[in-house]
Amino acid sequence: MAVSSSSFLSTSSLSNSKSTISFTSSVSPTQIPSLRRVVFRSTIPATSHRRVMTVRSKIREIFMPALSSTMTEGKIVSWIKTEGEKLAKGESVVVVESDKADMEVETFYDGYLAAIVIGEGETAPVGAAIGLLAETEAEIEEAKTKSASKSSPVAEPVVPSPPPATSSPAPAISQPSSPVETVSDGPRKTVVTPYAKKLAKQHKVNIESISGTGPFGRITASDVEAAAGIAPSVASPSPPPAPKATPPVTAKTTNSPPLLPGSSVVPFTPLQSALTNAFIASLSIPAFRVGYSVNTDALDALYKKVKPKGVTMTVLLAKAVGMALAQHPVVNAICKDGKSCTYNSNIDIAVAVAIDGGLMTPVLQGADKLDLYLLAEKWKDLLGRARKLQLQPREYNSGTFILSNLGMYGVDRFDAMLTPGTGAIMAVGASKPTVVADKDGFFSVKNTMQVNVTADHRIIYGADLAAFLQTFAKIVENPDSLTL
Amino acid sequence: MQSTLSLSFSQASLVIPNRPICGAPSTPRSLRFCGLRRETFGFYPTKKLTSCRFQIQGRRIEVSASSAVAGNGAPSKSFDYDLVIIGAGVGGHGAALHAVEKGLKTAIIEGDVVGGTCVNRGCVPSKALLAVSGRMRELQNEHHMKAFGLQVSAAGYDRQGVADHANNLATKIRNNLTNSMKALGVDILAGFGSVLGPQKVKYGKVGFPDNIITAKDIIIATGSVPFVPKGIEVDGKTVITSDHALKLESVPDWIAIVGSGYIGLEFSDVYTALGSEVTFIEALDQLMPGFDPEISKLAQRVLINPRKIDYHTGVFASKITPAKDGRPVMIELIDAKTKEPKDTLEVDAALIATGRAPFTNGLGLENINVVTQRGFIPVDERMRVIDGNGKLVPNLYCIGDANGKLMLAHAASAQGISVVEQVTGRDHVLNHLSIPAACFTHPEISMVGLTEPQAREKAEKEGFKVSIAKTSFKANTKALAENEGEGLAKMIYRPDNGEILGVHIFGLHAADLIHEASNAIALGTRIQDIKFAVHAHPTLSEVVDELFKAAKVESSASTTPQSVKVAI
Repeated sequence: MAVSSSSFLSTSSLSNSKSTISFTSSVSPTQIPSLRRVVFRSTIPATSHRRVMTVRSKIREIFMPALSSTMTEGKIVSWIKTEGEKLAKGESVVVVESDKADMEVETFYDGYLAAIVIGEGETAPVGAAIGLLAETEAEIEEAKTKSASKSSPVAEPVVPSPPPATSSPAPAISQPSSPVETVSDGPRKTVVTPYAKKLAKQHKVNIESISGTGPFGRITASDVEAAAGIAPSVASPSPPPAPKATPPVTAKTTNSPPLLPGSSVVPFTPLQSALTNAFIASLSIPAFRVGYSVNTDALDALYKKVKPKGVTMTVLLAKAVGMALAQHPVVNAICKDGKSCTYNSNIDIAVAVAIDGGLMTPVLQGADKLDLYLLAEKWKDLLGRARKLQLQPREYNSGTFILSNLGMYGVDRFDAMLTPGTGAIMAVGASKPTVVADKDGFFSVKNTMQVNVTADHRIIYGADLAAFLQTFAKIVENPDSLTL
Repeated sequence: MQSTLSLSFSQASLVIPNRPICGAPSTPRSLRFCGLRRETFGFYPTKKLTSCRFQIQGRRIEVSASSAVAGNGAPSKSFDYDLVIIGAGVGGHGAALHAVEKGLKTAIIEGDVVGGTCVNRGCVPSKALLAVSGRMRELQNEHHMKAFGLQVSAAGYDRQGVADHANNLATKIRNNLTNSMKALGVDILAGFGSVLGPQKVKYGKVGFPDNIITAKDIIIATGSVPFVPKGIEVDGKTVITSDHALKLESVPDWIAIVGSGYIGLEFSDVYTALGSEVTFIEALDQLMPGFDPEISKLAQRVLINPRKIDYHTGVFASKITPAKDGRPVMIELIDAKTKEPKDTLEVDAALIATGRAPFTNGLGLENINVVTQRGFIPVDERMRVIDGNGKLVPNLYCIGDANGKLMLAHAASAQGISVVEQVTGRDHVLNHLSIPAACFTHPEISMVGLTEPQAREKAEKEGFKVSIAKTSFKANTKALAENEGEGLAKMIYRPDNGEILGVHIFGLHAADLIHEASNAIALGTRIQDIKFAVHAHPTLSEVVDELFKAAKVESSASTTPQSVKVAI
């Protein structure tokens, strides 16, 4: 049974009634809460702890278990045990309905079902306390008082408030002309499409905070996606005709200079707003830049060979960057708090992609390890879904290094902006035939590409970046290792 | 349509349950397995086209034509016809074919197009749309495709192309139906028919003089129309019924479906596959109220929750205004119990799927003192019409949606056949509990007999025990090969005597799987016997086999192994 692998019990020592997740805290107070899963998965440590704890009395919380990866909340179908009933380890206690199935949830502990916090038919988010388990009969009463004091703060957020039903008091029987007015006269209610509602729940987006851009001002899936950080799934609405749009907009932005006649104002889409925030935040990062010229003759030759197999230049570059980063972990690191350097264990290359109405950064995970062809396949999938705005958040916001390539436009060099979340970004220009002189003074024409890396100076110093670029250039100039 | 066929085929055995499997009483019981085969061979010379009406039409028509001359050529002495059927839907069609086979001179009156609701505005075109939605769903499901190792670029559709497919299918089936009757020599009389008096019918088109004909027996089979509750304004564009929806003139971004029965569910499957978002409005407290609770719960998990669908239950749509003057469709919801206003919805379209109302106006029922009940024509268990005084009206029958017993195309056809059996001298009562029903969502839902709560209630009253056998599609090889392991089959039965009370299936091709169970119920076959029947492996039919084998019946099989020896 799936349940047995997921923990749903935590304990709460009586001595520390404030803390809800005190099992870990009673053992080692510094552990972060998520560790309790690990602790509970193995039964051996749990038993040994229990033995220790029999000295002190214990009341454990029964949690809403996560029965599937997509489950965010569960409904109590029925309590198999009643309050006060004795429980033996492995016995089924409660039936929980998830988005996928009804499942019986069993206890990992012996004891008594002291109190039911969430009753049958009610719903609770994953991880919320749904009941209390007392170790001895004597503690049942104690647990009950505890649950009573708990029930107000716990039960409140636990039962999700019904969608705001702004019941416009429309009469059941009304005159043919009146009903439309009844609805439109009152304050506009929030209209949310079914899929938008589902997405909001899934991404934990407060629907009230979103303003709808769909037909009739309704909140659509793309509004929610935008608010959740996923790009909207429909291209931003076309700019409204200028004469109409001008008056309301000027009215709102009274302190900005008046618009020139004939100009139009197009408000930012949520994606554009999100990007704006990131760009402004980049100003707080002490960034510096180091450039490098790389000979790409060998890379171009390789590209010709692998192109029929679906490998793009972007993928080749991402692979090369990934392999270079593996040798220079500091360039793959990030400064999170201004006080420390966080080294990332994975090398995940985010690649900036222009999409309709903005910019996306699909992430090639494990770019250093993954085989070039697998990487190319992955990239094709990511790119396709990025253009359709169907990426999951972790597929575009988990990069540890950013790659931005404008070479295809003929740009020879540019400067990329380092946004918070990564330590460095590489700007790649076009590879162009260039006259170069070698150390013996012979001139030749070689394809040369200029790359320019912007990095966070708090963690990456000039020499780090220079060494990284040297490695990168070596890989690009001898690209056989890319296909290994 | 398919079920209609199967029912007309089984006419010989559509008797009261508990009859032996082979109609001929001379067949020794011990020879059952081989006897079945012999019987099949024996069918052809005598029964002619019963089994093959549509499939091999071209070949069979000549045979049928000769039979028609013999069967439909001799009018009765004092009447124009032996049987006149008002309404050429699936019910009327089934009755007409069987009547000809029984040697009756038959006429059928149709005021609209042959085929009725099922063929033109119901089961048939909706199956075309659902065939499209099933494929769209599959192609759009990246995970599903990947699991097969298939790579498909983005799936799209052409709305008009989809609509044409539905329309073409309806036309094709309508022609098949018309031709099958013409070939048999059934007189198709155009115009609206009504009852003038006992054994007398008039028919005619508007603006033309009426024709009056007499018939020994009359069947009313006028069917039904979509039911639209009051307060709802249907404009055919943004507020529509299934009649409009099947034309698929538009695919709205967001459509509210009022009613979560078969019709609503099937359309939600179509619309969501084509990219719409759907909001269900259900008057009862839970979605899919007609289904077995366990099935509807699972169906909700698969057909509702993961799709772009939300719902309001326990509410009536008290008023629906079509989109106009730049406003969306407005739906006012009131609490189903307190009638208090609850909410207002703004959507792009609304589909009214609140059931169907009998089409019985203008039938001249007052001439024979028949009073309809909510529009339905009251009948007894033999489909004989009951008049205002509770007396049977002689020689007048009513089948199908117009009597409201079981509003399904194949039920109408079965009732029609049952009536023909009676008027040709063989008493016959149709067991409605043996009539299967299906909802063609992806995956499909099918059922026959009682739901679990109904069975438990009956058991309580009559004092017997009820057991449940269940099996999952996850255990079926064929389903897993199709990557369609999601599904459940459930049988409700009596453990004491092995009687099947009900079977409910949710899963791949459930609609096709139910017939083994419905036939068993119709023929009175007990679990302890049918569990020895062999199913080809690997097939989905093994899901039902599993059910039979999982059942724990106290009585032992009635057939002995010796019969098998004879077959070999």
